[in-house]
Amino acid sequence: MMKPVTIGILAVQGAFIEHRYMLESLGARCVELRNKENLAIPLDGLVLPGGESTVQGRILRDEGMFGILQQKIRDGLPVLATCAGLILLADHLSNDRASYFQTLPVTVRRNAYGRQLGSFITTAPVKGIGDVRMNFIRAPYIESVESGVDVLSVVDDHIVAVVYKNQLALSFHPEVGQDTRIHEFFLDRVRKKKG
Amino acid sequence: MTRKTNERYELNKQLAQMLKGGVIMDVTTSEQAKIAEEAGACAVMALERIPADIRAAGGVSRMSDPYMIKGIQDAVSIPVMAKCRIGHFVEAQILEAIEIDYIDESEVLSPADNIYHIDKTKFNVPFVCGARNLGEALRRIAEGASMIRTKGEPGTGDVVQAVSHMRLINSEIAALTAKRDDELYEAAKSLQVPYHLVKYVHNEGRLPVVNFAAGGIATPADAALMMQLGAEGVFVGSGIFKSGNPAKRARAIVQAVTNYQNPEILAKLSENLGEAMVGINEEEIKILMAERGQ
Repeated sequence: MMKPVTIGILAVQGAFIEHRYMLESLGARCVELRNKENLAIPLDGLVLPGGESTVQGRILRDEGMFGILQQKIRDGLPVLATCAGLILLADHLSNDRASYFQTLPVTVRRNAYGRQLGSFITTAPVKGIGDVRMNFIRAPYIESVESGVDVLSVVDDHIVAVVYKNQLALSFHPEVGQDTRIHEFFLDRVRKKKG
Repeated sequence: MTRKTNERYELNKQLAQMLKGGVIMDVTTSEQAKIAEEAGACAVMALERIPADIRAAGGVSRMSDPYMIKGIQDAVSIPVMAKCRIGHFVEAQILEAIEIDYIDESEVLSPADNIYHIDKTKFNVPFVCGARNLGEALRRIAEGASMIRTKGEPGTGDVVQAVSHMRLINSEIAALTAKRDDELYEAAKSLQVPYHLVKYVHNEGRLPVVNFAAGGIATPADAALMMQLGAEGVFVGSGIFKSGNPAKRARAIVQAVTNYQNPEILAKLSENLGEAMVGINEEEIKILMAERGQ
């Protein structure tokens, strides 16, 4: 019998319900985080979904959630971040003056593949998981990482998946397909942390 | 032109998924686009005149100047959409050539074709189309639309049409879900749509693409109303830049879409927004844009 875990899913904007369905199918309990009051619930893990990082950053601040979530991540709460979520975590953005949580020591390029016509699907290996079908939708990629960051996947010479301490961050969208291995990998990390 | 692959259609539907829970705002200048982005718009719709002014000006209304659209693309980092006329596939080709993120084949502009919509399967760039009922929605999807919105009655500040379209689509979906398998062929016939789309809606209880609300949304309460009725996000056209304090109203509508089920937060968001757009009642208008392109 696996331990029950509670995952908070940032639900201010974007494709959060897809993460919820996937994690619930794997037996996790999920709560949607839309405002400060929602953050009072104790969490074992956090998902930062795809969407528009500018919108998510704006609402995080307007709803008074920003500082609380940043502290939780700094304190070691396991995080799965996809696309816009990766941008929220990054220390630096190479083509944007904005910055958000700055808990992940990497430099990220926003809209790195251009507009929607540059979006694409490919299959590439992810360390510890195997070949994964990856959907890149107006996606960012990671230009550089600092020491201590473990690179999990590289596509066309660009880093698209990393792990750093409690944070697992991806350029692509594992939540839009049927393959649950990335989410299982995340839940394993959450359960290990819970002990 | 290359034929759109299945992968391209998948990615185009998924871009709409990423816009969910967000507000797409009409803008006419790069300054407005920046205000919208800063306020938390998940995308902007670049157009020369907002629907309220199109209505006031009358005459033929067309695709915007590509130069003006490019200025907006350069000004913001969020997706940029633009409108082409119903059936005007060359306007759509031009918008694809400037790498627009989404084309709205829109009844707000004057229709270019009274019979045929654009064959959207021939394009790589995604399309959103308006629908008043399930039949219209599934016909547009069959033609290749990767996102649907209610038609509403644009430029009026009157939400009544968007409400009735959303209710109708949802009740028609519920009715399909309740049918026996052997009744679906007849349903496809009466809805005038392909059987495989009827089957999908019957099995899944939802449209195969994201469905936003559009038309007449002017306040945080309007936006939350549409979300509670089942919209996955909202388009706000004239409601923002025809109001007293666009930046503040835009931010309030963005937050209202996130916390659409929380009346305490909605009450706070609705305070001191300045004047809403004046609006025109449905009965007072001469042209019902929602009737265009069925």
